[in-house]
Amino acid sequence: MLPQTIAEKILSKHVGKPVYAGELCVVPVDGAMATDTTGPLAIKAFREMGGERLANPERFHLIIDHAAPAPNERIANLHRMMRSFAEETGCHFYDIGSGICHQVMVDHHRVNPGEVFMGADSHTPTYGAVNALACGVGSTDLAAVMLTGKIWLKVPSSIRVNLHGHHLREGVSAKDIVLEVVKHITISGANYQSVEYHGELLHYLSLSDRMVLCNMVAEMGAKTGIVSPEGLQLPFNFEPVFADKEAVYTRVLDIEAETIHPRLAIPHSPDNIHDVSAYAGTPITYGFIGTCTNGRLQDLQSAAAILKNKKIPSGVRLVIAPASRQVLLDAMKDGTLQILIEAGASIINSGCGPCVGTHDGVPGDGEVVISAANRNFKGRMGNPRSDIYLASPATVAASVLYGRITVPNQSN
Amino acid sequence: MAKAHVYGDNIDTDRIIPGKYTKTLDLSMLAAHVMEDVDPAFASRFQEGDLIVAGDNFGCGSSREQAPLALKTAQVSLVIARFFARIFFRNAINIGLPVLEVPHHSIQMGDEISFNLAEGKVVNHTRQEVYQATPLPPVMLNIMQEGGLVPYLKKYKDFIL
Repeated sequence: MLPQTIAEKILSKHVGKPVYAGELCVVPVDGAMATDTTGPLAIKAFREMGGERLANPERFHLIIDHAAPAPNERIANLHRMMRSFAEETGCHFYDIGSGICHQVMVDHHRVNPGEVFMGADSHTPTYGAVNALACGVGSTDLAAVMLTGKIWLKVPSSIRVNLHGHHLREGVSAKDIVLEVVKHITISGANYQSVEYHGELLHYLSLSDRMVLCNMVAEMGAKTGIVSPEGLQLPFNFEPVFADKEAVYTRVLDIEAETIHPRLAIPHSPDNIHDVSAYAGTPITYGFIGTCTNGRLQDLQSAAAILKNKKIPSGVRLVIAPASRQVLLDAMKDGTLQILIEAGASIINSGCGPCVGTHDGVPGDGEVVISAANRNFKGRMGNPRSDIYLASPATVAASVLYGRITVPNQSN
Repeated sequence: MAKAHVYGDNIDTDRIIPGKYTKTLDLSMLAAHVMEDVDPAFASRFQEGDLIVAGDNFGCGSSREQAPLALKTAQVSLVIARFFARIFFRNAINIGLPVLEVPHHSIQMGDEISFNLAEGKVVNHTRQEVYQATPLPPVMLNIMQEGGLVPYLKKYKDFIL
């Protein structure tokens, strides 16, 4: 058998024969998920396909996170439709406040190492953090998975990203690393491919860090992103999937982690990457910390470290959406939430919040937002006449403190 | 024949149909706002049956199937790109929006175009040129020819590679 990448290994195991990049195959799917943006259309397509029973209700998840709680009657009725479908089919259902789909799937161990997972949300590759092969699909593809338990796909070729080094500079986090990777690969450079992370740095990265690295492969156009399991800790035993030494990659990217400074994606594309220092001083009025990229406990803690005993000045606002109910509880227990609230932050419901431009903090005309999210496309947050800069939670926290883009460091 | 509306690279799904409009099953609402953040004059310029011609990576970003649905409901007859973002490409074919990847062409705004999906052939009548699309794998061609994944699965019950 020829040497294989992690994606090739996972898919080979699922189809029962060795498969390699470029081959088409029909793959049994272990788990699947849809949200309130994609779920209603998926349910409609499932019905139109003649679907009555789910192929695998135990491993199908419906979650309300994109516009939760419902901001209007139209969306409230879509939520009703999802609730009754879940009741009827016996699938897992997560109502408002549970959190963002990707955080909930990982928090609740709904996806495991070596599995194939299809999610009707483009940031589904996040689960590569737990050494799974997870892809984002649209509603109709998901409906087919609901009905048949399978999907057809092309085995992706892989880009290998080697993260060298043993630590990160002060004020630098996994977000800055992934922005650096996006800069090199660009918004379309990994189209149809798997982005596979390797290197010594993995031993020093938390599960949350790994989720950040895989989350933003969506901003490279990738089919999936997978972190090699070195250093992966889960509260149960698992069989890790490593790449073979001689596996074939279309590209190898070497990154010296210790050389990376805080990074920023400037409007209007997530691959428009610069040093935060190059834009330091740019006035902002609105900071946002949350999303499937950076709404986890360590993100809130890094913001709290900067905002402790400080006040966000008048004319600037900070909106925080904890990524899940668990994150919210953890941040409450350890005092992080109190620090953030005392500094003047607005805490909103666990969910996607203003990232998808539907509710919970739409920017006004001409406003400049600094956000810990993953996309800064024009109009992303609901107003095409606003500008969005993407950065780490630490950079967002430092910036709201001064009302201008600020490099996070000890003097903050 | 249909008129080409030509746009650039990396047109993301947030601009094809902003997130604030996506949470609906009312497809006419999607069509009413399609492409408005790419080209505010799109709605007044576009006539039913016209086609969209884009550069690289059309449809990048969100997995929202509302993007190809909005284009289809607005009666876009075809989207041509040098290449598509992968989720958009699958979604378009799955919902029956004709799409072709044409790596080499010189189509300009307003050119008169006709096309043959099965052959992957695009004719530019304004410039008297013919372009060839990147061939689709048989499974995708079959899904497209059946009008989408719903009619395909109703007919075949399974995927045939």
